[in-house]
Amino acid sequence: MTYQPQKDFGTPASGANELVTCTIDGRQVTVPAGTSVMRAAAEQGTSIPKLCATDSLKSFGSCRLCLVEIDGRRGTPASCTTPVEPGMVVRTQTPHLQKLRKGVMELYISDHPLDCLTCAANGDCELQDQAGAVGLRDVRYDVQSTHLGQEKDHSNPYFDFDPSKCIACSRCIRACDEVQGTLALTMEGRGWDSKISAGLASDDFLGSECVSCGACVQACPTATLVEKKVVEIGTPERSFVTTCAYCGVGCTFRAEMRGEQLVRMVPYKDGKANRGHSCVKGRFAWGYAQHQDRILKPMIRKSINDPWREVEWDEAFAYTASELKRIADTYGRHALGGITSSRCTNEETFLVQKLVRAGFGNNNVDTCARVCHSPTGYGLKTTFGTSAGTQDFDSVQECDVILIIGANPTDGHPVFASRMKRRLRGQDGRPPAKLIVIDPRRTDIVRSPHIEAEHHLPLRPGTNVAVLTAMAHVIVSEKLMDEAFIRERCDWDEFSHWAEFVSQPRNSPESLQPVTLVDPEELRAAARLYATGGNAAIYYGLGVTEHSQGSSTVMAIANLAMATGNIGRRGVGVNPLRGQNNVQGACDMGSFPHELSGYRHISDGPTRQLFENDWGVSLDPEPGLRIPNMLDAAVDGVFKALYVQGEDILQSDPNTKHVSAGLAAMECVIVHDLFLNETANYAHIFLPGSTFLEKNGTFTNAERRIQPVRKVMSPINGLEDWQVTQRLAQAMGLDWNYQHPSEIMDEIARLTPTFAGVSFARLDEEGSLQWPVNDAAPDGSPIMHVDGFVRGKGKFVVTDYVPTDEKTGPRFPLLLTTGRILSHYNVGAQTRRTENVAWHPEDLLEIHPVDAEDRGIKSGDWVKLASRAGETTLRATVTDRVAPGVVYTTFHHAVTQANVVTTDYSDWATNCPEYKVTAVQISPSNGPTDWQEEYEALSERARRIATKVPAE
Amino acid sequence: MTSLERLVYMLNQIAANLATEDDAVTATAEHVRQFWDPRMKQIISESDRQGLSPVASAAVLRLAQSHAST
Repeated sequence: MTYQPQKDFGTPASGANELVTCTIDGRQVTVPAGTSVMRAAAEQGTSIPKLCATDSLKSFGSCRLCLVEIDGRRGTPASCTTPVEPGMVVRTQTPHLQKLRKGVMELYISDHPLDCLTCAANGDCELQDQAGAVGLRDVRYDVQSTHLGQEKDHSNPYFDFDPSKCIACSRCIRACDEVQGTLALTMEGRGWDSKISAGLASDDFLGSECVSCGACVQACPTATLVEKKVVEIGTPERSFVTTCAYCGVGCTFRAEMRGEQLVRMVPYKDGKANRGHSCVKGRFAWGYAQHQDRILKPMIRKSINDPWREVEWDEAFAYTASELKRIADTYGRHALGGITSSRCTNEETFLVQKLVRAGFGNNNVDTCARVCHSPTGYGLKTTFGTSAGTQDFDSVQECDVILIIGANPTDGHPVFASRMKRRLRGQDGRPPAKLIVIDPRRTDIVRSPHIEAEHHLPLRPGTNVAVLTAMAHVIVSEKLMDEAFIRERCDWDEFSHWAEFVSQPRNSPESLQPVTLVDPEELRAAARLYATGGNAAIYYGLGVTEHSQGSSTVMAIANLAMATGNIGRRGVGVNPLRGQNNVQGACDMGSFPHELSGYRHISDGPTRQLFENDWGVSLDPEPGLRIPNMLDAAVDGVFKALYVQGEDILQSDPNTKHVSAGLAAMECVIVHDLFLNETANYAHIFLPGSTFLEKNGTFTNAERRIQPVRKVMSPINGLEDWQVTQRLAQAMGLDWNYQHPSEIMDEIARLTPTFAGVSFARLDEEGSLQWPVNDAAPDGSPIMHVDGFVRGKGKFVVTDYVPTDEKTGPRFPLLLTTGRILSHYNVGAQTRRTENVAWHPEDLLEIHPVDAEDRGIKSGDWVKLASRAGETTLRATVTDRVAPGVVYTTFHHAVTQANVVTTDYSDWATNCPEYKVTAVQISPSNGPTDWQEEYEALSERARRIATKVPAE
Repeated sequence: MTSLERLVYMLNQIAANLATEDDAVTATAEHVRQFWDPRMKQIISESDRQGLSPVASAAVLRLAQSHAST
């Protein structure tokens, strides 16, 4: 297929149900009321010339090119701003219109460089296209004063800004305002001096508030804002629709290619998760896929003190299988285990857990969701009956109240945050939704352009349960519950028990204030707003789960939603924002040691039987080890071999010293990854992985949406990841013969009732499907628990506040909480290998001015961050975003090793680590700690690759 | 921290969080049954239950009984 940009209808679709019929150029067209004449024409295949209109933005009516004639109306109205009316008769092309358009276009071109042949947008330029469409043949003006010859702004690492090519259509400004919601761009000056400016005149794009989401580049009709890759390579020649491999939003993109070279990733307008929007990571930060650090050959070594030796795939598989067999024979089958990856596809994840259960003969399989959303699994399964968010992303447009707890969507889930911000600014004449933020930090969404949280409750880290119980206290004691909903949908006895508990005076906001540090009046007002403000939805992230009471907090959230009847329709619900692209999928696929795909316990005989029959093996009915338990067992000397696909546990898991001790105690650590990550320092076998661009499969995002991942280029390591796992299984004697990932999905569908209706063919047809997809819901389930909870009656669970044992004291008086930043992803293995380091070259420690002054620390100073577990150094930034007593940092950089400091404390139900609460001390420092220096030396030693002796 | 010490800590934490259940001992024992691997169950069952809270301790006994009866 040759390259075609996605069709642009000029103005957004109208959501109206009422239909209107009119006549355009002699042909009748029927469209929803409120549709513009421009869009109606486009629907019937007529493209009216336009420049300032694009269907991602509201109509603007400034370019004067889209003029039409309408019977009975005077003049030539702009078709973008004129809605169709019943019986309207429109002409889009007449001699008069032609003359007018040519005149307008002549003015544009009189002030535009005529360098089309060498312009980056040559062949993909709307100005060029429209000049052709209106038949412009010469320009009569000899303009003396133009805006040509201005200096280009190359500061952004991914796109250039050339003001000389700007036609002042304002599409970029409107995209920044309407789509992204950052409002960074503005029009400076007037007339010839009009110029798009990122913030102040003194700012360049990089230095401005621009978040590099690419919406302006997407909207620009000329080469004024253009991708550097297009400048470098040229225009693409074909495209594939695929799914982003960064966060759990799951944006779909058109991967636009030239040969096997990726030219650019363009957000797909029909993507139901992103609706045509993107962020700096998904749109631009894919350079890691071709980074020189990628390992392309398998490697083995006897000891981690040896250098790596490159081998062929056959030798790698034979050696790996023999090592696993040796260890099973020597130490027993329980000495083996595996970790699936939330970055890999559903099919790959399913195969890894199958390899462990059917090949290793135990259930020692876990996934990185252990350290992020395992409490969501436990909490929502217990209360609602299944482990998943209740809504689709579109639902946010129908919220009246949005409660965000322990999530920082503008950094962690930026594209969904933009959609949420749209609702928070108010649109289409509807008043904006009201916002409640519960977070120890004043995150960006608390106050941003045209958005201000009604209530921000800056709680003490570790007191989520106390705050939510206090909110429940207000709702119950002030009788703000939805009793009809509770009686119909929930277990009344359990509700009564819960209501009695939360009503106790010890659970009032006032009684709990000494613990939570939250102003009781604010908390009461927030509870009232949530309960009575209309459709109220809760969005939460790892600030909820990564605590010693993570599971309790999830259940406390579910309790609030049930008590107020905010479940089972659009605009409400409980929505976990997933960290990695396929956290939902990895959990769905049976990656947890206690359950098979579709959240069915391994001890459940009939389910086990189903798998045993299909796989032709018998399965162990006992749960296996979770990641932290594996590491403990390794230190005890009984767990000896680990296959880790696409996860860097040494950097991402808590208490680095404990993780490294566990890994060091194993005899066979197999790392299957793109890069020699930190875990690979302790590995004996390295199997090179493939990127999301190099394989077929599916990812499932935070709204349970299963979306295709498509192979747009050959894997440069030679094999797709599912093929690597299959070849390893074959080397171990398993009779696996999948020819394509679609066959793996067929097996998943066969064995998992919630996936019964899913197949690659169906996904190709529909674009995406939200599980459950089965006979009861053949087209999937955008909203869950509509007529009843999956478990039957909703279960209220009493969540008593149990303080964490990680306590501040004289030696460690501050509380550290960790998080992420927009430009980086997780441990940074991918984003640190892109130009995104321009925004965030190092992890910084945020500290309140009072705490900083007490310690003589200024912004930019090196500080030592010490806890009971360990210490590291990094630079400080002094800010009142954090409350006094709280410090914050990110964990994107291996050199900082923030997890040297975090502790072994974890969620009581799931062992999800308590990343968000660590008692620490901060002091001025001169340089790296001994640990950092030793670790750097170890990394250097561990990453040596033996150079081959050339053949004689 | 030895494995036993860690399991004692974990079990006490589970018992504390399930303390408000109607039958906290059963709930605690059931949680361990569902989520702990056989070796972890064995270590705690064979321990002298030192350092366990009363609910946690009773849950270990309950586990041992149900194990014996199956």
